[in-house]
Amino acid sequence: MNKIKLDELKSISSKIRIGIVESIAAAGSGHPGGSLSCADILTYLYFEEMNVKPEDPKWDARDRFVLSKGHAAPALYSTLANRGFFPVSDLITLRKIDSYLQGHPDMKGTPGVDMSTGSLGLGISAACGMALAGKISGKDYRVYTVVGDGESEEGQVWEAAMFASHYKLDNLCVIVDLNGLQIDGPVTEVMNPMPHDKKLEGFGFNVITIDGHDFEQIEAAFAEARKCKGKPTAIIAKTVKGKGVSFMEDQVGWHGQAPKGEQTEQALAELSANANI
Amino acid sequence: MAEKIATREAYSKALVALADKYDFVVLDADLSAATKTGAFKKAHPDRFFNCGIAEGNMMSVAAGIATTGKSVIASTFAMFAAGRAFEQIRNSIGYPHLNVKIGATHAGITVGEDGATHQCNEDIATMRTIPGMTIINPADAVEAMAAVEAALNIDGPVYMRFGRAPVETLFDSDYKFEVGKGVKLADGNDVTIVATGITVAMALEARKMLESDGISARVINIHTIKPIDREIIIDAAASTGAIVTAEEHNIIGGLGSAVAEVVCESKPVPVVRVGVEDKFGRSGSVSAMLEAYGITPANIAAKAKLAVSLKKA
Repeated sequence: MNKIKLDELKSISSKIRIGIVESIAAAGSGHPGGSLSCADILTYLYFEEMNVKPEDPKWDARDRFVLSKGHAAPALYSTLANRGFFPVSDLITLRKIDSYLQGHPDMKGTPGVDMSTGSLGLGISAACGMALAGKISGKDYRVYTVVGDGESEEGQVWEAAMFASHYKLDNLCVIVDLNGLQIDGPVTEVMNPMPHDKKLEGFGFNVITIDGHDFEQIEAAFAEARKCKGKPTAIIAKTVKGKGVSFMEDQVGWHGQAPKGEQTEQALAELSANANI
Repeated sequence: MAEKIATREAYSKALVALADKYDFVVLDADLSAATKTGAFKKAHPDRFFNCGIAEGNMMSVAAGIATTGKSVIASTFAMFAAGRAFEQIRNSIGYPHLNVKIGATHAGITVGEDGATHQCNEDIATMRTIPGMTIINPADAVEAMAAVEAALNIDGPVYMRFGRAPVETLFDSDYKFEVGKGVKLADGNDVTIVATGITVAMALEARKMLESDGISARVINIHTIKPIDREIIIDAAASTGAIVTAEEHNIIGGLGSAVAEVVCESKPVPVVRVGVEDKFGRSGSVSAMLEAYGITPANIAAKAKLAVSLKKA
């Protein structure tokens, strides 16, 4: 990846993180930690990897994305807005009555949201359904889904993994946002779902482990996923919860609370410095 | 009497018969021999997908397929659809109002010998609470086949309730089925029996019993429990002044509740409910089960008399 492209992606992801912080701060509630951890993955997906048309969000041939860890909705919304699906200025309506930006993704109301999610474990199954439908219809779109590491404690995630492998859904790419923390503490202490790589390999996946904040590694992983035929790919993305905001990084307390006042200012100042704006 | 046919058998026939006319795929969860989707699998192997014993995943997979514009029929026992996979149906299918038709077989106590764990008496109740869900509970094979085609023509989720046990065929082939419209099968002045599914035939028998006791009973078949035909129920309440409901389901949350809600809010008259009286099922033959749980023409007639007496009180 050349430096210009890398800098551009870094700038975009910082803008996306700004949208995350601003929208959650305006809402007074939400999930900044897990939104910030997957922001770089979403940036790469929507600005490099996925074939989408912001002006035609329901374009039949588009690649699909399912945010299985639906509580990271602010990350998806900020990504979609920055990609041109709807105005960035609408992000601050997040979680407000009558806003089309619900607390968790709503495919009926939000342009670009391909599946309603929020209840953990359900999104990856829906992504499997989309991938299977592509196979049935002979369409060559790809399906991407981001699953949380805490989310992987849900049994349905493994039902879906079994399904994806059984039906050889090589058009499906599951990204595990391995930020290591869930509401009640470190995932290894609450209910250890590790090791994801060995488990998913056992379930028949092509598994790639990367640093989920390194765009070169993200790019290489998605390229490898495309090449893999006959089985689904899982990208284990090691991430930092709260990434990009110093006082939120790796802090379990920032899973589900909004920054206030000076906290918001500090967060935005840090992110703006990275966005070169 | 015509040959008895289980509504699950009719469901199976409908899937095969409608395969060329409608673009849909069928999912099952390792029960295709029992739900009878196996016939569709045999006829259209490229449109049938076994999801294994993982009903929650199946419902969300169905939702994902439906987002691409394809209709999906997802089939398993009522217990594992409306019970186990309730949340997937609510959040993945109901909330985005997707075109998934749930073919739930083995509903109610006429599952028989398998016993309580497999006898779902709660499915109408849980499905009824999902906004936008259509619920169809056919009374016989003709209605079951019509229900499947009607469901495929509905834009949104549909829960279709089928039984395991063979039942008498009540309707002939030119029977007109309209979603959301109750059917007055017989008129009467003193009481109305509102029935659904296998109790419709019982209601007609109960009517004869009441007739010999000098009571004139109207019989209404409610095949669509949601959206319910308010008009036909309010008219029955106004004209006959008393109602008895009959269903193979818990009396809490099912047809009885749905009818009582309409009657209480619009035309209050006595409503007496026949059904499973808030108990779990158990093992037993179909006839023994119906007798043990009071889902019989005789009990419907007795409860109709009770409803009439309450009217006079």
